[in-house]
Amino acid sequence: MKITLKVWRQKNNNTPGKLVEYQLDNVSEDMSFLEMFDVLNDSLTRKGEEPVAFDHDCREGICGMCSMYINGRAHGPQTGATTCQLHMRSFSDGDTIVVEPWRARAFPVIKDLMVDRAAFDRVIQAGGYVSVNTGSARDANEILIPRTIADEAMDAAACIGCGACVAACKNASAMLFVSAKVSQLAILPQGKAEHVERAERMVAQMDAEGFGACSFTGACSVECPKSISLDHIARLNREYLGAKLTSDNVQ
Amino acid sequence: MKLESKIPAGPLAEKWARQKFGLKLVNPANKRKYDIIVVGTGLAGASAAASLAELGYNVKAFCFQDSPRRAHSIAAQGGINAAKNYQNDGDSVFRLFYDTIKGGDYRAREGNVYRLAEVSVNIIDQCVAQGVPFAREYGGLLANRSFGGAQVSRTFYARGQTGQQLLLGAYSALSRQVANGKVKLYTRTEMLDLVVEGGKARGIVTRNLITGKIESHAGHAVLLCTGGYGNVFYLSTNAMGSNVTAAWRAHKKGALFANPCFTQIHPTCIPVSGHYQSKLTLMSESLRNDGRVWVPKKQEDSLRIREGKIKPTDLPEDARDYFLERRYPSFGNLVPRDVASRNAKYVCDEGRGVAKTGLAVYLDFADAIKRDGRKTIEAKYGNLFEMYEKITGENPYELPMMIYPAVHYTMGGLWVDYNLMTTIPGCYALGEANFSDHGANRLGASALMQGLADGYFVIPYTVGDYLATIGPADKIAVDSPVFKEAEKKVHDTVQQLLSIKGDRPVDDFHRDLGHIMWEYCGMSRNAEGLKIAKQKIQQLKKDFWTNVKVLGDSEEINQALEQASRVADFIELGELMVDDALNREESCGGHFREEHQTEDGEALRDDENFTYVAAWEYQGENQPELLNKEVLEFENVKLTQRSYK
Repeated sequence: MKITLKVWRQKNNNTPGKLVEYQLDNVSEDMSFLEMFDVLNDSLTRKGEEPVAFDHDCREGICGMCSMYINGRAHGPQTGATTCQLHMRSFSDGDTIVVEPWRARAFPVIKDLMVDRAAFDRVIQAGGYVSVNTGSARDANEILIPRTIADEAMDAAACIGCGACVAACKNASAMLFVSAKVSQLAILPQGKAEHVERAERMVAQMDAEGFGACSFTGACSVECPKSISLDHIARLNREYLGAKLTSDNVQ
Repeated sequence: MKLESKIPAGPLAEKWARQKFGLKLVNPANKRKYDIIVVGTGLAGASAAASLAELGYNVKAFCFQDSPRRAHSIAAQGGINAAKNYQNDGDSVFRLFYDTIKGGDYRAREGNVYRLAEVSVNIIDQCVAQGVPFAREYGGLLANRSFGGAQVSRTFYARGQTGQQLLLGAYSALSRQVANGKVKLYTRTEMLDLVVEGGKARGIVTRNLITGKIESHAGHAVLLCTGGYGNVFYLSTNAMGSNVTAAWRAHKKGALFANPCFTQIHPTCIPVSGHYQSKLTLMSESLRNDGRVWVPKKQEDSLRIREGKIKPTDLPEDARDYFLERRYPSFGNLVPRDVASRNAKYVCDEGRGVAKTGLAVYLDFADAIKRDGRKTIEAKYGNLFEMYEKITGENPYELPMMIYPAVHYTMGGLWVDYNLMTTIPGCYALGEANFSDHGANRLGASALMQGLADGYFVIPYTVGDYLATIGPADKIAVDSPVFKEAEKKVHDTVQQLLSIKGDRPVDDFHRDLGHIMWEYCGMSRNAEGLKIAKQKIQQLKKDFWTNVKVLGDSEEINQALEQASRVADFIELGELMVDDALNREESCGGHFREEHQTEDGEALRDDENFTYVAAWEYQGENQPELLNKEVLEFENVKLTQRSYK
């Protein structure tokens, strides 16, 4: 396959970037999208041009590190898959592919296709946990959790924190990400004790990070590689409203 | 060097309790006077960092990824073992201990393995309390499955994403401590040296991967939780960034490296499709419960399949060789990982492999679909079949799956005593980074167990003993000469890599190293091949340091530079693995020496001469390493030959 790539190149956060065109003549349809980038970088290096920086690690769709905005879609044309799970057979010979980093104020570009997603870590630090110290747990089977509840919690917990939801959202809202964690812990009995504070604190942190507002258009859920459902956003809204009515109103 | 395992005397079941009582405690008010450095934030690192911060220590946690949640523990699929015996099917701490010792082919310490089995039950409690959504029965109790050929159902799981859920649990505990101000997090920061002074670990030197800044961090203790070294083979199921650098640099500062040749090859991975291949994807072992493994009986048929002239489904039953069922009538397709892998290699070596490359065997579900119906198979393996189709473009309901073995886990690692301390006082190794619990072969669902056991339930006790002994004042400032010297060395190495300006990109060298390791030090090894490998690696090392091409500069993100520094260490480790494989004149677990096999081709141990841990001591640049032996003593189990006939 012959592929034309238009790739966002940006030296660092203080320098403006631009799309640069590259031609690849020998792309196999069995290659993964990131392997195609390996081939590009190999040829750039041999020519003495600096390779494209991009985030990636597990290359099997679970670590959440890869983050390319491909032809206007987070993680590319396939649904329910990350960039690393995308293969070149999803494209045709002669295609032009535009590749950009995630675009969101809360995810500043570090270089080329890499962005800084530390905001997600700070949102989790604001309350995405159950306060239990090591060693103070009771026997695991003393907490009965019906299978349907466990399944629902697992659906939410499947989030890989890649940020595709933010990238896909016209407002760069992080509601799907935040709701997945709030929802998981709100559904499970272990998370009940702190559920009021958690919703409030995590939403406050989300706002402080500069993520946009949610207008519930659902693009996030469609582009989510783990297909996290919008139901969780509804639950977060309920949790948050309940918290605001009953709590000390954390700022 | 005299290696003391520090396992206390007394009955096996009382050893850990005795040890815990014997260890010194740090006064609660004094804990805040100690700084602990944790490198790596996978299961071992995140659980250790969180637990130590909860106790009151000041923790600095480092990872090279952009978030602690990305560590490669996240990719573990199958599950985590624990001797809960919730299923009333005869499990016990002793049975889990016994299975693990036997599965490791009697090359692990009894005391360590027993402790692992003992604390396994606490791990499940802890993870459930954190909100890890393990699979449940309808009544709300925890579900279990039997995994990796175990006779009891002791594996806890969260769909096919157990590693992810356990890691996110540990990450949440870690995040809570970051919020509490007890853990300071350094992401996109890579450890490039261990600082040792006065015979003690004093801290580390790191490089900030965004700014390139080289910095020192001082601490009273350093915990290396940096995972395994499977990427020495270039292609493996490990994440692209998984590396040996932190462990290797500690090794060069005096930490002994144990059993480096013990690597695990997983039989069911998606085969290599071309030169550009960057990693291999594991397909869950559970597929072997229903899939039948075969290749054509005749080489001609394989050739016709490879050339696309016929489809595998065109081949009649009597032209197929179900080689595992044929050789191992009682275990069949469920033989352990090492046996299944080796046999796949043999039939491919005979020219009977399939796929364009000839390096694949079939895993066929046609019979299972006929027997149970497509719906049942879909319910069991639907997501795996989907993943397979996504990667290969073939539909496994219609054509048999193709699989081939790939490097998956490394049992070897830094030598540690019962307290998880390396041979450098104050420097510890946890999880896959140490060698201690899996012997020559790891059982399925045991890696997650060990990582969390070390981090949640072992290190919080053992590190206190060391800290109480040295006292809070025994710390060196980062502006002292020993740190400045280490920083300079790191800086010089970085500059050296950039200044070579050769012809070949880093991946070229890594790929070459992988080929050498896989060919000569992979699934089966022999003396002649290992000697060739040694020469080739030495040559590769020379080429690397004269001809590697790393562009860009050091004061910015430079992924090629990061990779170059890791590959340089892999090359050195590769040579040590070859030395270790050459030294171990026996076959055991994942280490198969062709010279040492039974008449029917099975691994033949030499208990008389090799019941020891081979711990290698660094002797300086380009010097052969010194072998130290820790003899393994077995008081509770009898050494037997594994048989799966």
